[in-house]
Amino acid sequence: MTEGFLQIAVFCVIFIAAAPLLGGYMARVFTDERVFLTPLVAPAERGLYRVFRVDPEEGQDWKAYARSMLVVSGLGVLLLFVILRTQGIHPFNPSDFNSGPWDLSFNTASSFVTNTNWQFYGGETTLSNFSQMAGLAVQNFLSAAVGIAVLVALMRGIAARHGDGKLGNFYKDLTRIVLYILVPIAALATIVLVSQGVLQTLGGTIGDIARGPVASQEAIKELGTNGGGFFNVNSSYPFENPTAFSNYFELFLILCIPASLPFTYGRIVGSRRQGWTIFATMFVLFAVSVAVVYVAEQHGTPAQHLAGLSTDHFSGSAGGNLEGKEQRFGIAGSSLWTAVTTVTSTGAVNAGFESLTGLGGLVPMANMGYSESVFGGVGSGLYTMLLFVLLAVFIGGLMVGRTPEYLGKKIEPHEVKLVSIGALFTALIVLVFTALAVSTKYGGPSIYAEGPNGFSESFYAYLSQANNNGSAFAGYTGFLQLNAPGNVGALSVTFANVMGGLTMLLGRFVPMLAVLAVAGSLAKKKVAPLGLGTMRTDTPTFAFLLVGVIVLIGALTFLPAFLLGPVVQSLTTRLF
Amino acid sequence: MRKDLIRGSIVLVVFTLLLGVAYPLVMTGIAQVTFGDKADGSLIRQNGTVVGSHLLARDFSRPLLGTDGKPKHDADGNVLTEPDPKYFQARPSATGYSATVTYFPNRGPNQASTRDLTRQHLAAYLALERPYSPGLKASQVPVDAATFSASGVDPHISKANAAIQARRVAAVRKLPLARVQELISENTAGRALGIFGEPGVNVTDLNLALDQEAR
Repeated sequence: MTEGFLQIAVFCVIFIAAAPLLGGYMARVFTDERVFLTPLVAPAERGLYRVFRVDPEEGQDWKAYARSMLVVSGLGVLLLFVILRTQGIHPFNPSDFNSGPWDLSFNTASSFVTNTNWQFYGGETTLSNFSQMAGLAVQNFLSAAVGIAVLVALMRGIAARHGDGKLGNFYKDLTRIVLYILVPIAALATIVLVSQGVLQTLGGTIGDIARGPVASQEAIKELGTNGGGFFNVNSSYPFENPTAFSNYFELFLILCIPASLPFTYGRIVGSRRQGWTIFATMFVLFAVSVAVVYVAEQHGTPAQHLAGLSTDHFSGSAGGNLEGKEQRFGIAGSSLWTAVTTVTSTGAVNAGFESLTGLGGLVPMANMGYSESVFGGVGSGLYTMLLFVLLAVFIGGLMVGRTPEYLGKKIEPHEVKLVSIGALFTALIVLVFTALAVSTKYGGPSIYAEGPNGFSESFYAYLSQANNNGSAFAGYTGFLQLNAPGNVGALSVTFANVMGGLTMLLGRFVPMLAVLAVAGSLAKKKVAPLGLGTMRTDTPTFAFLLVGVIVLIGALTFLPAFLLGPVVQSLTTRLF
Repeated sequence: MRKDLIRGSIVLVVFTLLLGVAYPLVMTGIAQVTFGDKADGSLIRQNGTVVGSHLLARDFSRPLLGTDGKPKHDADGNVLTEPDPKYFQARPSATGYSATVTYFPNRGPNQASTRDLTRQHLAAYLALERPYSPGLKASQVPVDAATFSASGVDPHISKANAAIQARRVAAVRKLPLARVQELISENTAGRALGIFGEPGVNVTDLNLALDQEAR
């Protein structure tokens, strides 16, 4: 395990070193400062504002900002739905695929616009290259940009000093995030991925090998913490993730924006220590989850031991639970991936999560149970974390008996109500929808495994979709392809598709609205001078309190559900 | 609201053209020029037709012959196969090494079906290797040999797995064991940058090299 922990540690050092740099760059992009890409990109940026008929200097209050965000997202769902419904007439459709069932299209459209990338469909057997490129990949960019834009609005609300309630311009933020951050990194990453062997071709299936323009999509899929694979088996497939190097490179792409944003935040609110405190809180929770899943996976499973397989390490074999994992990544590379993709809301998988050990499977669930606040999705992670920060400030204020304030702004009942909605709403829909799925006959057809794993499948499905993660215990079904590829004669489980689609939309946009409302309210507040009794939010003590709040709220809400699924499995050697 | 709807529609259409058409097409152009072979899928061609990819495992089995010398069929009329002993065998696949339709094996840690399948993989592996590695015990079988890969086409096996199979391949092909071991190390991918990942022997490439050797 030494080699395993060594590679994980080296990876952590690299991303911790890179995060403040990218964080600083992003801060300059959000505050309209000149960056090295400005001469190259500025003309295109100005051109786009003219085409969009946007005045970039026009500020929006939170309601206008939210309305623009909802309109772009709503139209996005509609456009993607139409694209998926019209596959038969697409260009770039070398394998002549038709459209799947309508409810599957609804699920997929909701999935990509909400940055979830939950996949009930199998990419290579159901989607034309046009759907992948012009449908899914576009939303991989835009949903990521929308998440970051909402975060930027919240950061401006917290940092605002003039009190006019303006949060910036949504269209401008969207454009700048796409042009200055997402496209340049994705383009560079595409070439690196191709150099490792990831596909990038418009040719279709050759021999019996399905192909497509994979690398360009893979790059933004990881960078935007999206996760929807070109292939059904996602990043475990050699054409998406061919080498150990590409595995770690993709992990870096996933973490680079979410891990950098706390530093961006520190610069924008004018106190880098605030950024470091939040980053440290995230890193502690992340490090614990990596260690737990790695040790658990190295141990092997009861089913393997009862079959007579030794999962011990010996010369030439690393041992461990290699079921549903790839040799080139090994247990360490797969465990790290499991933790990284579930602390961030990236639905990409490089191993079959359903085949994780009981304890190993608990880790992704717990990570999602923290409402994806530990690094989290691009933008969405930090704004959820900031909700927890406000909650911690409020709880801390109660404990010392003072009016809670954050960075000079009083946190009053109005904000605390909004913060509670933002922080607890997803948990509510997870539990209600899981209960519906396991207690009515409609959820049954989706379940594949017997015993506690069957419950885990259902719970994971709603936990993942509500938190806009997108990974799955993939036995859970919403779509069946009985015949050959191409959607002819395909069947769907309407309940799973429709409920899943609704879960994703609610889990994305209700918290976003709460966040923007908090931002609007904070933006109007006057700044009070720092007093002696002010609780400091840039100290290890506060980080400790914050960890406590996140773990208490996240984990305790789901404790009964965890017990029924993964905990039972990790405590027993019984088979089902 | 109306202004937002119009503006939102323009934003979506423009970004769809930029990010959904221009971006992937430009990237395809650059990829094809710089790394053409890799962008096309690292394909293996024999006599002009594509027979596989260097990155994907293949099924190295042969039809199972009955006592009459004809291929045996199962109840559904499919030809029964057995591992071809002159080739290294890739990891077990839940998809029959399909590069057309992929899916995860989804075998849980506490499923009886997982135990049964693992047992089958172990038994098949021992049955194939024991004649050439007498005394090989179940506890000596490396995990990669008895578990489903994630992709179904994992091209790599562990070094320990390759070392066991080498004895069989060398005996069947009547090659010196040292030569087979040499080919194994030529087709082994080490850790990336000496640190990252797990070493693996590429079975597809190794078998190609063995066939070259025979010529």
